Amino acid sequence: MARPVSYQDRNRWGELIVLVLICLFCIFPFYWMVTTSLKTQVVALQDPPVWLFTPTLQNYIHVLFEEKVGVSLINSLIVAVCTTGLAVGLGCPAAYALARFEFRGKTDLWFWFITNRFVSPVVLAFPVFIIAREIGLRDTHLALILMYLTFTLPIVIWICTDQFRAIPYDLDEAALLEGASQWRIFRSICLPLAMPGVAVSAILSFIFSWNELLFAYILAPRDAKTAPAMAVTFMEGYDVPYGNIMATSTLIVIPVLIFALLASKHLVRGLTMGAVK
Amino acid sequence: MSTTVKRRTVFSFLGPSVAALVIVGIIPLGYALWRSFYDFNLTRLARTKFVGFDNYLEVLTNDAFWGAMGRTALLFFVSVPIQLVIGLTIALVLHRPGMTLLKTFTRLALVLPMATTYAVVGLLAQVMMNQKYGVINQILGWIGIEPINFIGDPTNAFIGVVFWDIWQWTPFVALVLLAGLSTVPPEIEEAATLETKSHWTILRYVQLPFLIPSLVAVLILRTADTLKLFDMPFTMTRGGPGNATEFIAVLIERIGNRQFDIGLASAHSIIMLIVTIILARLYIHLFYKEIR
Repeated sequence: MARPVSYQDRNRWGELIVLVLICLFCIFPFYWMVTTSLKTQVVALQDPPVWLFTPTLQNYIHVLFEEKVGVSLINSLIVAVCTTGLAVGLGCPAAYALARFEFRGKTDLWFWFITNRFVSPVVLAFPVFIIAREIGLRDTHLALILMYLTFTLPIVIWICTDQFRAIPYDLDEAALLEGASQWRIFRSICLPLAMPGVAVSAILSFIFSWNELLFAYILAPRDAKTAPAMAVTFMEGYDVPYGNIMATSTLIVIPVLIFALLASKHLVRGLTMGAVK
Repeated sequence: MSTTVKRRTVFSFLGPSVAALVIVGIIPLGYALWRSFYDFNLTRLARTKFVGFDNYLEVLTNDAFWGAMGRTALLFFVSVPIQLVIGLTIALVLHRPGMTLLKTFTRLALVLPMATTYAVVGLLAQVMMNQKYGVINQILGWIGIEPINFIGDPTNAFIGVVFWDIWQWTPFVALVLLAGLSTVPPEIEEAATLETKSHWTILRYVQLPFLIPSLVAVLILRTADTLKLFDMPFTMTRGGPGNATEFIAVLIERIGNRQFDIGLASAHSIIMLIVTIILARLYIHLFYKEIR
């Protein structure tokens, strides 16, 4: 697109420097996290900090095999995958109904779904802690999987409702004339066409579940402990093992960063629940 | 386009989701509401008794609650304006044409902080802001600033939380505003650049009207997320030193999980919930007109 010259040529160098600074600002903590994870405790505790050193994988070996970080990563994976699957399984039909059907109370229902996005986990954590204890769900994957629906389900419902609305209605009408049921239209026509939206909502659900700390910390103190909750416990005590903490952090962060980059175009929409397209 | 179908069909599509959210979202709230009227502490369950509105009175007359609310508000009013200014600058730079490759890379770099596990941000803060071994103090040293005790000193710990909040959420603000800028019709922008050379005038009179929805979205979501803020200050400082970084969610966690006073924590939660519902209503009212 042709733009006026004055708009283009000014401050090119300034612009370049600003862009490089933004990138450095965003990326430097990750650089420091990864390099610290490759330092021995002695190197990590040098004053002033060193930038050049001989890397070692001993922190990773230690946290994966001697600490329970490996188990906690598997717990995180189980919880994130199950809650994502459940949210997509429950949310897609609901989104289809919100996009396609006319019924009483639809607006209120929509409001209520979206409001869950705003509720702080700390509001729900203690009642759920007591209830889970009463019904024997304390420290189980299931408790976390169910609680994570409070934020994954609204995301799936919002993104998929939007996606279903974008599908032309003619296809449904043709199928209705053929005598297909709504479930059949949903499964055979609309769901395949809505797959891009479903995939984005699944990625976002996975990221949010994987990152969650508060429910995990309160509801799953031992057996079902997830990776973020495990990383927190490292900070307790005097001799803080920097290398181990950063190795654990790196292991936690890498999967979400990959998913976030995959869904980068849709991350803002997901985080604003579609207010910004 | 919508169609009227049998109630049974609607129910079969929506029933499972509604049931799930009632179980995980409404029943716990009902339980919290019930328990908020009791003196209910896990360390002395035998002495549980109905106390009416005593817990609410205690919340509203308690320094800890108002202190935490004050700190939460202070964090919001310090860090969000900075995020808006830096975020808008980044968005304007990215919105200008040219340097496509570097700008694409920058947009990807911006995605990283806001996707980072919030708890890990707190850990990064611990490691990078340590007074002796922290790289941030080393970098500050290069420009002649004495090492700062970010974790141990109340004011500095608060500044530390502000810094990491800015690190994590400025990219979000920038990308939301960039999305807003892309809604300005290019013809209008071009016509304006022929009229004036002042970027400020273009921003104020041409771009700002299109940015209003994004700005409102940012403000409401940042308010909700600041009220929720738990992971990062908790992993960084546990709310300390003293209660310098005890924001409202950290306070409620302490009352429930470290003092075992579920009754009082529930009263806090219900008050938080009321604030949350007001915010959500506002957001929905402003952005989801099409559903009606």
